[in-house]
Amino acid sequence: MAHLSAMPTMEAGQDRTMILNMGPQHPSTHGVLRVILEIDGENVVRIMPDIGYLHTGIEKTCEAKFYQQVVPLTDRIDYLCPLTNNLCYVLAVEKLLGLEIPPKAQWIRVLLNELTRINSHLVWLGTHALDIGAMSVFLYCFREREDILRLFEMVSGQRMMTSYFRIGGLALEPPLGFFDKARDFVQRFPSKVDEYENLLTGNPIWGMRTKGVARITAEDAIALGASGPTLRGSGVDFDLRRDMPYSGYENFKFKVPVSQEGDVFARYMCRVQELRESNAIAQQALDGMPEGPIKADAPKVVLPDREKMKTQMESLIYHFKIITEGFAVPEGEVYQAVESPRGEMGYYVVSDGTAKPYRVHMRAACLANLQLLPAMCEGRLIADVVAAIGSVDIVLGEIDR
Amino acid sequence: MEKGRAGLGWGFDRAGRGLMPGTSAITDIEQLKDHPAVVRLLASSSVVIEGAKFDREEMSIYVNRASIRDACVQLRDDPACPFNYLSDVTCVDWYPQEPRFEVIYHLLSISQKERVRIKVRLSGSSPSLESVTSIWPSANYFEREVYDLFGVRFDGHPYLRRMLMPENWDGHPLRKDYPVEGYR
Repeated sequence: MAHLSAMPTMEAGQDRTMILNMGPQHPSTHGVLRVILEIDGENVVRIMPDIGYLHTGIEKTCEAKFYQQVVPLTDRIDYLCPLTNNLCYVLAVEKLLGLEIPPKAQWIRVLLNELTRINSHLVWLGTHALDIGAMSVFLYCFREREDILRLFEMVSGQRMMTSYFRIGGLALEPPLGFFDKARDFVQRFPSKVDEYENLLTGNPIWGMRTKGVARITAEDAIALGASGPTLRGSGVDFDLRRDMPYSGYENFKFKVPVSQEGDVFARYMCRVQELRESNAIAQQALDGMPEGPIKADAPKVVLPDREKMKTQMESLIYHFKIITEGFAVPEGEVYQAVESPRGEMGYYVVSDGTAKPYRVHMRAACLANLQLLPAMCEGRLIADVVAAIGSVDIVLGEIDR
Repeated sequence: MEKGRAGLGWGFDRAGRGLMPGTSAITDIEQLKDHPAVVRLLASSSVVIEGAKFDREEMSIYVNRASIRDACVQLRDDPACPFNYLSDVTCVDWYPQEPRFEVIYHLLSISQKERVRIKVRLSGSSPSLESVTSIWPSANYFEREVYDLFGVRFDGHPYLRRMLMPENWDGHPLRKDYPVEGYR
């Protein structure tokens, strides 16, 4: 495993080679990733990612906020799947509090999470294809993404920074007509996936650019901390939704797509199949949507309804208390992991018994996945680096936090 | 402590409704012998266990600073429940208490679907411990991040340099004695 741990210093190349900066403003680096390449002609000898350009100190900021004020910060970590981050954080705090969440809230959380996964995978597919040179896929993907963003806007008022999940449930009841719109989308979507696949899967140019490129074995993927589709593309059959279920995922039936080859094409196939599976989960969530409340019955933690607040003294007091003082969370620590579109998203929350988290740490799937880049690219062409970065599906907001 | 921190007085005795009865953490290691990680580490002669805690369905094991590498090797190579995947490495600063730092390893067994948390306590003056990069190469970035933000040194790390903060930055931002808004 020596080739995995060797980290080059980039001071001096050999006579034959030169050092080349890719990024931080390169279009294929999906944000502000800088990749330092040592190249021999077109061949990559060594490669080193350089990150930190988007570091905003979110973990530090969390320590100065009340528990409920952290939710909007979690959106900004991974801006392509804000709801997954919301979910992971609220699950962690709910575990600390020992709160039980009503089934309807859990079902809506699952529904929105799967829509988020589709949304995130669509952005990935569009930009990944664009990087490799298939322009038109981008337009198709963003057409459907727009529909999903409209659904998010309906429930939360925001297209991207949703902050819709709250500790103890949801912010609001979904508006009238939301479920019909969602059902309409879910019915249409499988035929759209067929469209993307028609453009790419059998396309010989796509195959030449992706098959056998940036290959990684299952062993290396596990050793380097890969997760999500990047791990499953190498033949490791592991999905937190199925294997360590949370938020009611044990009630849903779905397949976990796995590919054996471990190349860019395998990861592409995994994600495209996941689009279909996520859609199927969303369909099940819509069909089996239970009735009932959307918030836990815990007046000291969950904000009261607007109506009650204006008519009942007690609710008004609780509202005032939660807003001004927050709520104390019993001492303890929790690590909650969820399957984000990119892999294992984990929140480690430590409470010291006060109303502000003592420590919030986010385990970013992309940060670990990015470590695969040297193993994937060294010895290959520069053009393959672009394909490899795209296939790992990085979001720099999550890496730098 | 700080302004705005709600005291425990307004706590959970009266809150009652909706909250499950809290089960207190189990810290007696004799009661925790069912967990595969505890079994494995107790059987090993080179690992010094300082304590264990089972709280909210999660297992934490404190090991001695000197035996972290051995503990990790033992857990990774456990034939019954191989913790072959390092999910995360992070740190908590308990300033002004001593020992000040806690370095935390979250391990996952992909085949047995089991998690365990390994913790090491470190003193506040020049905290350091052995790197686990040779056991799990994935520790590379995680340890660099902890070094960058907490100033904990990992001996034997192949490339221990700042990762998120600029190279010439002063101080380690996630330490509790570092102000939230930074130095001005």
